[in-house]
Amino acid sequence: MAMKSDASREPFHLSMLFNDTRYRARTIQVLAFIMLVLAAAWLVDNTVRNLAALGKDFSFGFLWATAGYDISPHAIDYSSTSTHARAALVGLLNTVIVAALACVTATILGVLAGVLRLSDNWIVARLMTAYVESFRNVPALLWIIVAAAVMSEAMPAPNAFRGENPTTSMILWDSIAITNRGIYLPVPEFSLSLGQINIGLSVLDLNSVAIFGVLAFSLLVRRGLVKHAQRLQSATGRRPATWWKSLLVCTVPMIALFYTLGFHFDYPALKGLNFSGGLQLRNSFIALWIGLSVYTGAFIAEIVRSGILAISRGQTEAAHALGLSSGRTMRLVILPQALRVIVPPLISQYLNITKNTSLGLAVGYMDLRSTLGGITINQTGRELEGMLLMMLIYVGISLIISGVMNIYNDRVRLKER
Amino acid sequence: MNMHNVSWVRQDLISPSARPVGQNDPMRWARKNLFNGWLSTFLTVASMMTVVWITVAIAPWLGNSIWKANSLAECRQLLGGAPGACWGVIRDRWPQLLFGFYPSNLYWRPVLAFGLLFVALAPVLFRAVPARALWFSAVYPGIAYWLIWGGSLWFPISVYLGFTVAAGLFMLTARIGRGLGVSIAILAASLWWIYAVQPVTSDVNGLVPVVLDAVASRDVGGFLLSIIIGVTGIALSLPLGILLALGRRSKLPLIHMLSVMFIEFIRGVPLITLLFTASLLLNYFLPPGTNFDLILRVVIMVTLFASAYMAEVIRGGLAALPRGQYEAAEALGLDYWKSQRLIILPQALKISIPGIVNSFIGLFKDTTLVMFIGLLDPIALAAAIRANTNWQGIYWELFIFIGAVFFVFCFSMSRYSMYLERRLKTDHR
Repeated sequence: MAMKSDASREPFHLSMLFNDTRYRARTIQVLAFIMLVLAAAWLVDNTVRNLAALGKDFSFGFLWATAGYDISPHAIDYSSTSTHARAALVGLLNTVIVAALACVTATILGVLAGVLRLSDNWIVARLMTAYVESFRNVPALLWIIVAAAVMSEAMPAPNAFRGENPTTSMILWDSIAITNRGIYLPVPEFSLSLGQINIGLSVLDLNSVAIFGVLAFSLLVRRGLVKHAQRLQSATGRRPATWWKSLLVCTVPMIALFYTLGFHFDYPALKGLNFSGGLQLRNSFIALWIGLSVYTGAFIAEIVRSGILAISRGQTEAAHALGLSSGRTMRLVILPQALRVIVPPLISQYLNITKNTSLGLAVGYMDLRSTLGGITINQTGRELEGMLLMMLIYVGISLIISGVMNIYNDRVRLKER
Repeated sequence: MNMHNVSWVRQDLISPSARPVGQNDPMRWARKNLFNGWLSTFLTVASMMTVVWITVAIAPWLGNSIWKANSLAECRQLLGGAPGACWGVIRDRWPQLLFGFYPSNLYWRPVLAFGLLFVALAPVLFRAVPARALWFSAVYPGIAYWLIWGGSLWFPISVYLGFTVAAGLFMLTARIGRGLGVSIAILAASLWWIYAVQPVTSDVNGLVPVVLDAVASRDVGGFLLSIIIGVTGIALSLPLGILLALGRRSKLPLIHMLSVMFIEFIRGVPLITLLFTASLLLNYFLPPGTNFDLILRVVIMVTLFASAYMAEVIRGGLAALPRGQYEAAEALGLDYWKSQRLIILPQALKISIPGIVNSFIGLFKDTTLVMFIGLLDPIALAAAIRANTNWQGIYWELFIFIGAVFFVFCFSMSRYSMYLERRLKTDHR
């Protein structure tokens, strides 16, 4: 007590602001805050003066002007008379679509390669090492450009499919055409439409609503069946066979619905100079998708491998001692535990894929960067607002992905008492 | 009793018996490593088929390589319709792929700078080189700048004088308070760089001119550009990343919040957007009339980008240290910076070596993105070469060459990190 009162009675010097631990933390923060405010004021002042010199103001009004340019794959209704805001939304959707697909394929590829790299099989392990090392050590941009070159140079032109003796043909019973202008796939169609509802941004097709409804209904009924079987098993020790009931519940309503709606495929067909009908996946999309998948797949393979290696050897031995086969050991014992190690770095790989979709610029994919950050900025001259908006959107996407994945991470985390 | 006649000791060697049958022969190895079960057999067959398929597809093309051709047409003529690689494009254009449009009579300058880079790196990378050689590493950036861009030697020297000014002021003011000293030193150095460098350079150069031919930034390209951006980014992002990581773990709320916001923002946006900010927007944020070099702007942005990632890697290393280390440092009575410098950071950095090198590799690969803002990195040059009528339609040779060079750099970095991990392994497990 005496010491404390002595210290507080000591007269205050200016140097105590820096040398006394009681004041130093506050001094540093106040100084940092002042410097931050000064720097921000300097930047804003410069920006205002520069904008004034160029005769520009700062406003997001340009978003509601007519865009006047076309975006080729558009997931929602879009034409060149739509607004810049809608163009940005279409670009954002394109970004999200290719990012989601690439995340799925990269994960599949990465898990396969990571597991196979640890395989006892000598040649497979070597091949996977070669894959991982060669794809990890070369820029993603190069892989995307290479994929684009493969698609446009090594694939046959549409007119190779023509004539009495075509040099190439469509694969999978004449349903998929791989050409140097893209891949043409059959699309499911319905002859009967239940109608459409306009919901602000896009139109909602009632057919898909019906399909999702039936699917949800089937899954609910199936869950009830399984629960019932579980109860019966706990009560009587005998589990009734559920697989055929589940199969019926899941397929019959769906088939009935598809039949009533008149389900059929729209196949691509060669008409004139090019294929028409079906769904065209453009080269830019395929190049970006494949390039990002194989590139990030190599990183995911390393993450999976280190995750598996982090699980102690005793777990494998215990599983083998219980008589599990090596496949089941991997699926039931090793991978679930390895997931805890794998998921956090996997999140950042998903974020990387999402950000790397902006490399689509090199192959002409119309993503958020090419619409809002490219053509819109060039047309309106609103660099500052456009870049700011685009960065905020990217940060938003990143935060959403890491938020969702962290929730998942919390669920699979080791629960300790 | 004759001790020398020990009859139960054998006097002659037994000749070695033949090894057990089937322990070491290739068949057994193959059965164990290639055909161990149906899944393994299937995988082996599938891999073999893949390898054979790739070889069949590539071998005739590679085997038929043409090196002496000055255009694709000439190459095709020499091949006479057979598939074949036309490496003539590399032979014809490799100076361009390496240096961009750097004047060809001055190639010795970047080459010399590249050679000196290894001299400067040696004391940092390898223990065999004495630490006294570090003074060269410190002056190397100035020399490299002068060699590559040319101009007056007094410019880098007067930039270095800024550090001297800062160090001198710090010595004088450190007695009042170290924080104050650091602030004053930083402020003085900034003022020196903004206001004094230019007049000092021109004055001294008027007296003693030491000038190399100046080369404009737009002429610098190819792997030279990638290496410039990569090496500067790497060198600058490590200290910045350490500061950010410490800031993120700081107990001061304002510093903590600022670091978190900076790191999360940078990690949330693609590098391309930052590069476009550098090329389109940076002039908005600076006083009217300021205009500085595009490569410098790119280096600043790439450094900021890489340091956010570096900070996260180092934060992981800091978090992995046992709490006892921090407590021990406090128990010894060390202040914050001393305990960080002597106890915490060496261990944290050692733990995070793999992550740090991974971000270095990522940074080096990301230098290819500068093609989007009009700088001539190797990939942009490949496009430029293809646009020339002589080489229109050539793809694979350029891609393979560029990919191979990047592979060599990145792969050697990852091998070096493994060596470093082994060298610094001081725990006994």
